[in-house]
Amino acid sequence: MCLAIPGKIISVAGIDPMERTGKVDFGGILKDVNLACVPEANVGDYVIVHVGFALSKVDEKEANEVFEYLRQMEELAELKEDSP
Amino acid sequence: MKFLDEYRDGPKAAEFARQIARVTTRPWAIMEICGGQTHAIVKFGIDELLPKSITLIHGPGCPVCVTPLEFINKAIEIASRPGTIFCSFGDMLRVPGSATDLLSVKAAGADVRMVYSPSDAVKIAVENPSKEVVFFAVGFETTAPATALAVRQAAERHVNNFSMLVTHVLVPPAIEALLSSPECRVQGFLAAGHVCAVMGCAEYGPLAAKYRVPIVVTGFEPLDILQGVLMCVRQLEEGRAVVENQYTRAVRPDGNQYARDLIREVFEVAPRKWRGLGEIPASGLRLRRQYESLDAEKKFGLAGHDTPENPECLSGLVLQGRIKPPECPAFGKICSPEHPLGAPMVSSEGACAAYYRYRNRAPSAAHQPAPPTPSPISPTH
Repeated sequence: MCLAIPGKIISVAGIDPMERTGKVDFGGILKDVNLACVPEANVGDYVIVHVGFALSKVDEKEANEVFEYLRQMEELAELKEDSP
Repeated sequence: MKFLDEYRDGPKAAEFARQIARVTTRPWAIMEICGGQTHAIVKFGIDELLPKSITLIHGPGCPVCVTPLEFINKAIEIASRPGTIFCSFGDMLRVPGSATDLLSVKAAGADVRMVYSPSDAVKIAVENPSKEVVFFAVGFETTAPATALAVRQAAERHVNNFSMLVTHVLVPPAIEALLSSPECRVQGFLAAGHVCAVMGCAEYGPLAAKYRVPIVVTGFEPLDILQGVLMCVRQLEEGRAVVENQYTRAVRPDGNQYARDLIREVFEVAPRKWRGLGEIPASGLRLRRQYESLDAEKKFGLAGHDTPENPECLSGLVLQGRIKPPECPAFGKICSPEHPLGAPMVSSEGACAAYYRYRNRAPSAAHQPAPPTPSPISPTH
């Protein structure tokens, strides 16, 4: 039910802020998505979309956090193994 | 697809599992509160990657599953009225009511339509002015902004033949209901990332402090879930109980202000009955007075039903995380996706459907070790 997937904004249309919509590309499948709640998102940005509605803009800087966290954990483990 | 595939990397998942095993010194029970996470866990075999001492409990994270029987019956009653077009997300169509389900009503001639978004139902109402068009508004906070937008569209365009059967629910009150139960054995939570993308993380702080449970806002891909578990286990092992955000690429600490404003403008908080949990105070959304004319229960005079659940269906215990689906005597015997007794076997996010689809289908599955799943997470693809 809460399935929401990231897609890339290809174009934006709509003058009324509540009706701001975009064509969003989900791996080759294009869908019309309401962008009313992500006014900061523009063409080229990725948004998380649920039932035709963009919930948030993907923060590209934060997208690597998962891998950064894992790297830090590995370093921590190595430090523990090295210490007497 | 970008922002999906990289979070399904097999070797990195194995490394996360090693790190979890490294920091775990004793048994812990962690509940995920989103059906999307439940399905990812069972589908990718994430629970089988974890140390045996860590139990993942599947919580009431599927809005379709927690919608009580009387609302299914109300939906069927409305859909059966002549001159009505009943619109719903696909998941609801096969959920059994007391006597039938929406798909059977459709087969018998009713105009029941599956829609992708709530706004599609408003469009159908505009195109069919001589019909009453009703949308079955089900969902957590994730779905509420889209529902609220449809309400505004219908009100602004004076679409008088449109209304909604609203069963929207809120997650934090359900977490509190579970935590305050004497049978609760959950020690930490993975909170639902997309709920928090809308609402932010602030509501969970008081729960973490009051019940001394770590709550980690978590995404939906295998690496997200594994990191969420790792963050939660580290807190448990270190004796901490705070709210942390694993899913920072989508969740800001204060959520989405625009979406929250939209919800607040259209809905007010109300008590709501949950399947399996009973009535929970302040756990649902109902239309505000100025949008009352869009309330299908009022429009069709359906308020005040109360229907007992099917006693053969133990979905209440499944939804509370007290049993796993294969422990239900009906599982795989008299209850299957083709002939479901309860919603968790129907919904694409229901825990029973996940176990039926991805695990042992034999009725005695509860007493057998799960068969080894071939390479649960494929390497990057």
